[in-house]
Amino acid sequence: MTEYNFAYLDEQTKRMIRRAILKGLAIPGYQVPFASREMPMPYGWGTGGVQVSAAVLTPSDTFKVIDQGADDTTNAVSIRTFFQRTAGVATTTATSDATVIQTRHRIPEEPLHEGQILVYQVPIPEPLRFLEPRESETRKMHSLEEYGLMHVKLYEDIIRHGHIATSYAYPVKVEGRYVMDPSPIPKFDNPKLRDMAAIQLFGAGREQRIYALPPYTQVVSLDFEDHPFEASKADHPCGMCGATDSYLDELIIDDIGGRMFVCSDTDYCEVRQAAGHKGKDAA
Amino acid sequence: MYVAVKGGERAIENAHAWLAEERRGNTDIAELSIAQIREQLSLAVNRVMAEGSLYDPDLAALAIKQARGDLIEAIFLIRAYRTTLPRFGASEPIDTGIMACDRRISATFKDLPGGQVLGPTFDYTHRLLDFKLAADGEVPKAPSRDAETGTVPHVTEFLNREGLIEEAPYDDAPPPDLTREPLEMPSTRALRLQALTRADEGFTLGLAYSTQRGYGRNHAFVGELRIGSVPVEIDIPELGFPVEIGEVILTECETVNQFTGSKTEPPQFTRGYGLVFGQTERKAISMALVDRALRWEELGEDNVGAPAQDAEFVLYHADNIQATGFLEHIKLPHYVDFQSELELVRKLRREAGAQQLQEAAE
Ligand SMILES: [Zn+2]
Repeated sequence: MTEYNFAYLDEQTKRMIRRAILKGLAIPGYQVPFASREMPMPYGWGTGGVQVSAAVLTPSDTFKVIDQGADDTTNAVSIRTFFQRTAGVATTTATSDATVIQTRHRIPEEPLHEGQILVYQVPIPEPLRFLEPRESETRKMHSLEEYGLMHVKLYEDIIRHGHIATSYAYPVKVEGRYVMDPSPIPKFDNPKLRDMAAIQLFGAGREQRIYALPPYTQVVSLDFEDHPFEASKADHPCGMCGATDSYLDELIIDDIGGRMFVCSDTDYCEVRQAAGHKGKDAA
Repeated sequence: MYVAVKGGERAIENAHAWLAEERRGNTDIAELSIAQIREQLSLAVNRVMAEGSLYDPDLAALAIKQARGDLIEAIFLIRAYRTTLPRFGASEPIDTGIMACDRRISATFKDLPGGQVLGPTFDYTHRLLDFKLAADGEVPKAPSRDAETGTVPHVTEFLNREGLIEEAPYDDAPPPDLTREPLEMPSTRALRLQALTRADEGFTLGLAYSTQRGYGRNHAFVGELRIGSVPVEIDIPELGFPVEIGEVILTECETVNQFTGSKTEPPQFTRGYGLVFGQTERKAISMALVDRALRWEELGEDNVGAPAQDAEFVLYHADNIQATGFLEHIKLPHYVDFQSELELVRKLRREAGAQQLQEAAE
């Protein structure tokens, strides 16, 4: 394709996005407004992540895209193809080989290393949005560090359900300052946000926000002393690779209630299977 | 034995091929040309140009063809194309006073300088299906007369001379650009109008209608509605004077709204304004009503909590490309989130069940 610039966006736009990214890295967890562009895929389908990836990709990068932890879900395929066509970058499914990983809803199981960039697609960047629908109000709350409402919500959960009834997009506090939405990752993934060696960038296209976590940032999931945060997952090993430490998809395998559990991170599962690990449902 | 689902890439390719085939439809039927769409579905073309924020009838017609007539999809195609275009400059402000009007009506004055011109309107057609069209769409030539030249004064200027309508404050500052700056609140009127002119027609219509039914009522009269072409000029720095580069067809609606005065403003008529690409009068009138509703604060009116008064609500939800994208994204897999919810609900149910058992035992 020659009609478009490298990685689709024009250099002017990339500069604007990079400035937002740098500002985000300088103020971890702070939502930086940016002039999100209309992308050739719909808002809500990863336009924020795509714009961030376009702004950080270089011709020598190796790019990986996952959706729900998997490289072969249709939207991940579509975004990967987009950058193959517009940037001609090398792509991979191997977490360790990728220099830029764009993700929707998961953090890879394999710990990331320095030099890697993890780009999250974010639908609603504002952790306070469902407590206060007005942007003008939530921005004020962040600047005044007024997070009481969030604690009240979590506390009410405990009173009503005995637990904090938030299982994904579980809010975190960054470096003791900003409350941040980690995007709709399962809370199982929350501990990985902390002290990560890779750069974490969050892009919300429709909502026109970018935020970031530089490497080795302190990220704490909100909780109470008597109700500490708990990273939960289905209490099963992976049916294919036998892993007990990975987040699992639940699959319905017949019409009489049969089900099995498989790693949601397809690369993690495949690497383990190739190394000879076998779960109870593997052939 | 479980085999992981693979082949997303092939599935996508095949889906695209099927889509293309469906778009073409039965090949025994002649294919639609871009020119046919442009000429014969011109109001659809106008809507796509208006909400796509790009004045190009041929591209809009192409987008409609490609989108199989789904206008929001066509608008999306135009927006995504528009965003890649280089910017050579901004035009001089257009002057709708010199519009060559195809249509110009006022609901507030029976007669006025420049006259009432009905133009090509559906207004007084009887909505009876015309079965003749099914067989033969050829029509006799409509009567014509020479166009009148010169300026057509705005109705609101007549009221202004008497001091009966609020002054439209003169502002020479370049307006903000919604497509180059993130939308931030509170917004200026210029920014609100910019968002409304590309807002979804249905959403704008619904909001405008809600003000008529009492949700922030503002007693609007169509002071004037005009449709026609205006020249677009661009300033060429090397020449030192503006040069006309073309014409655009616009619909402009100025409402005159009853106003009994507020703490800060005397009783006078107030203004709502709509300006939209193409012949798009439903949209332009809706825009003017919503614009007026959003002006409650500067006019010192009460906020009665009506949706149309709420700039954040209106501006953040009026864009159909944002809305449709986010709405439709729930089709994408959410296995991971759903799985975590499953675990949570199971856990809560287990505990609730155990508690009930215990209470029954006691
Ligand atoms: Zn596994």
